[in-house]
Amino acid sequence: MQRIRLRYTKRGRLRFTSHRDFQRAFERALRRAEVPMAYSAGFTPHPKVSYANAAPTGTGSEAEYLEIQLAEVREVEQLRKLLDESLPAGLDITDAVEARTSSFAERLEASVWELRLDGVEPADAERAVAAFLAAEQVDVQRRTKNGLRTFDARGAVIRLEARDAAADRPGDGPCAILRLVVRHATPAVRPDDVLSGLRATADLAPPVPAAVTRLAQGLLDEESGTVTDPLAPDRDAAPAFPTTAAGPSPAGGAQVPEGSA
Amino acid sequence: MPVESVFPRLEALLPHVQKPIQYVGGELNSTVKPWDECDVRWALMYPDAYEVGLPNQGVMILYEVLNEREGVLAERTYSVWPDLEELMREHEVPQFTVDSHRPVKAFDVFGLSFSTELGYTNMLTALDLAGIPLDSKDRTIDDPIVLAGGHAAFNPEPIADFIDCAVIGDGEQAVLEITEIIRAWKAEGRPGGREELLFRLAKTGGVYVPAFYDVEYLPDGRIGRVVPNKSGVPWRVSKHTVMDLDEWPYPKQPLVPLAETVHERMSVEIFRGCTRGCRFCQAGMITRPVRERSITGIGEMVDKGLKATGFEEVGLLSLSSADHTEIGDIAKGLADRYEEDKIGLSLPSTRVDAFNVDLANELTRNGRRSGLTFAPEGGSERMRKVINKMVSEEDLIRTVATAYGNGWRQVKLYFMCGLPTETDEDVLQIGDMAVNVIAKGREVSGSNDIRCTVSIGGFVPKPHTPFQWAPQLSAEETDARLAKLRDKIRGDKKYGRSIGFRYHDGKPGIVEGLLSRGDRRIGSVIRAVYEDGGRFDGWREHFSYDRWMKCAEQTLPEQGVDVAWYTTRERTYEEVLPWDHLDSGLDKDWLWEDWQDALDETEVEDCRWTPCFDCGVCPQMDTSIQIGPTGKKLLPLSVVK
Repeated sequence: MQRIRLRYTKRGRLRFTSHRDFQRAFERALRRAEVPMAYSAGFTPHPKVSYANAAPTGTGSEAEYLEIQLAEVREVEQLRKLLDESLPAGLDITDAVEARTSSFAERLEASVWELRLDGVEPADAERAVAAFLAAEQVDVQRRTKNGLRTFDARGAVIRLEARDAAADRPGDGPCAILRLVVRHATPAVRPDDVLSGLRATADLAPPVPAAVTRLAQGLLDEESGTVTDPLAPDRDAAPAFPTTAAGPSPAGGAQVPEGSA
Repeated sequence: MPVESVFPRLEALLPHVQKPIQYVGGELNSTVKPWDECDVRWALMYPDAYEVGLPNQGVMILYEVLNEREGVLAERTYSVWPDLEELMREHEVPQFTVDSHRPVKAFDVFGLSFSTELGYTNMLTALDLAGIPLDSKDRTIDDPIVLAGGHAAFNPEPIADFIDCAVIGDGEQAVLEITEIIRAWKAEGRPGGREELLFRLAKTGGVYVPAFYDVEYLPDGRIGRVVPNKSGVPWRVSKHTVMDLDEWPYPKQPLVPLAETVHERMSVEIFRGCTRGCRFCQAGMITRPVRERSITGIGEMVDKGLKATGFEEVGLLSLSSADHTEIGDIAKGLADRYEEDKIGLSLPSTRVDAFNVDLANELTRNGRRSGLTFAPEGGSERMRKVINKMVSEEDLIRTVATAYGNGWRQVKLYFMCGLPTETDEDVLQIGDMAVNVIAKGREVSGSNDIRCTVSIGGFVPKPHTPFQWAPQLSAEETDARLAKLRDKIRGDKKYGRSIGFRYHDGKPGIVEGLLSRGDRRIGSVIRAVYEDGGRFDGWREHFSYDRWMKCAEQTLPEQGVDVAWYTTRERTYEEVLPWDHLDSGLDKDWLWEDWQDALDETEVEDCRWTPCFDCGVCPQMDTSIQIGPTGKKLLPLSVVK
């Protein structure tokens, strides 16, 4: 039984896809691409797909992961291409490796997020970030299924930096970009919780909703505050006689550029 | 003229609304054509929420037919939920298409498909959000032509003030004819403005332009006559009929949404029309004659459609799917073909006979046998004669015995309440029937673990049917009758707990009845309801009976009529009905005779296997019954990788 781990994106307007929507779309893409899936046993067999740690509806992502089990062996890169073509543009399969290690989900220790704050002066954003980082604990509230819940949004934040977006798009109004590295914890601290924290500590209130994108997920290097490609161990564990054209992944892997651009 | 996408402005609103994915488009198999390279542009709307509208076959077919044409583009728009509507008003974002997010007002035609009358208030919301005047008479050359289609358009009079025109019948060829007329008019520099364009459409005899007809009323409120007010406009407007379904294998590339919708499957229409002659059924009357798609045409559509979509279920649609002359071979052929692929097959709208159970068995060869649905419609033998649903209790019991004997655990039975001449006793017999079904089921299955669900809807008399003259049962009487039946079923100690009972109260039916058989005076009620906040009338949580009644009381009495006049009043032979000038092909005298036959409890056969009964459609529309068998079989697909 071949298991394949895939990295995929939620880009542009398709960031409004909910996880349930994605699951349906992905399973249909598997059928169109005629992927020989392994099925669960039972009355209503389901293709074997495990999803990990999906980004919330409305946030974009460059680094979502899932694993599929096949009933027949397939060449990995070819399969990636087929599936990518079968999915709508914006839901793109950017990397694929054959699973050769266990406990993949545990390797998703932390995420790198980018938050684009249109209408926010970079200096204001920097001040707010400094205040947030200076605090021991920043309590925020979020509405959950069980009502309003209060928790700390500071502890899980490994790094938080602000910069000016003007370099990317001169001429437009002010725009600050935040880069956030956050450890996956319980309860999960999401980018909007950090925004609530910035509002709580420094009254930072973006006039329009932030455009949020997950840039990476993976193992956390505590010292440098960076996140490494979770598919790397599978790639490294490849047998000496490669069955697939492994090499660098097509999207340049999940390496996270260091610091700000 | 460049037309900008409203998406950047919409995008800022989407994080604040429920299920934003429904507004972003990008569905698999959707089409975005270059705006400037097209000279005729259609915005197609299904006036309900995206989750209901997206799977609609009519819109999907026309979208593809139009987009296949060079120089023509079609985009889709749906009703936005009140949360987004409020934000769109606040931020001045107009009604948009989901394909390229262009404002609806920028299109040449705004075409709405009305499966039901309950979409009328949603049309007004969309017009207003689009910045298009609600009243046809207030529109200018810069507004699109507002066109209504779908089954409800067979009586467009209640929305006559709001639409510019209506088309009745099959849309495939009609939209292309209309496109050519618009193209020519635009190429000539739009001579004579909107009026000239509407006149050119009206002259064809296949497009109804309400503004070109005057309605005269008698002192007692009835219609005196409906007359064209412009020379060259025909007295009656004809429906459109597509004769060869194999020439129109649409949708070829069904849309696959990202958002969850009400039908998560691919549908193939296996025939159009029905001549069973059920007297309550508007669809069966207005879509005559029967036109079958061939077994090979069906096989090809299923094959291509599955490849294009990745759906895991195929529905074989029609008004009575088991009546296809080659349904046995179709079911077996498809079941053979997809046995390995975990593709589910379903056959909605089936009749009550044992052959059906064989079909259902074939279609569920590998899968689970959960529930089978039958629609006897009337509880008593007498009632079924009145409605011309020729099923005896014996047939039904034999059928369910076969079903339970073949491992089916649940049988669902559909009925109507409030049919003409119905008494309490007729409805109470539904309970007896359910008890007999359970008793037989326990006997043949040897198990007490079987169920029968009785589902009841209120009957609403519809235009172009033999019951168009019938009085509708009031909401109070409907509720009282259903309460008696409920008590009877619940009170049955031996069988009651095996019988499920589902019904709706009688109130929504009264509003539907008002809109179905209404005339132009009803427009004032629709407008008042919309202005009072009425939206999404097909949704229980949004529908307000009290609002409809309040608005009707505000606007109808000054016009000399009221809700009861439109709903519970029986009409006479002489009365001019609001839709008489819309020609469905049915001969009004034949409909009247059939109405008299109903009152006499006389049944009429299906003209597919008996001589013609002169309903009038074939000679009037120059059409004929198109059925097999072709004698062909579905061959296994060759594997090409």
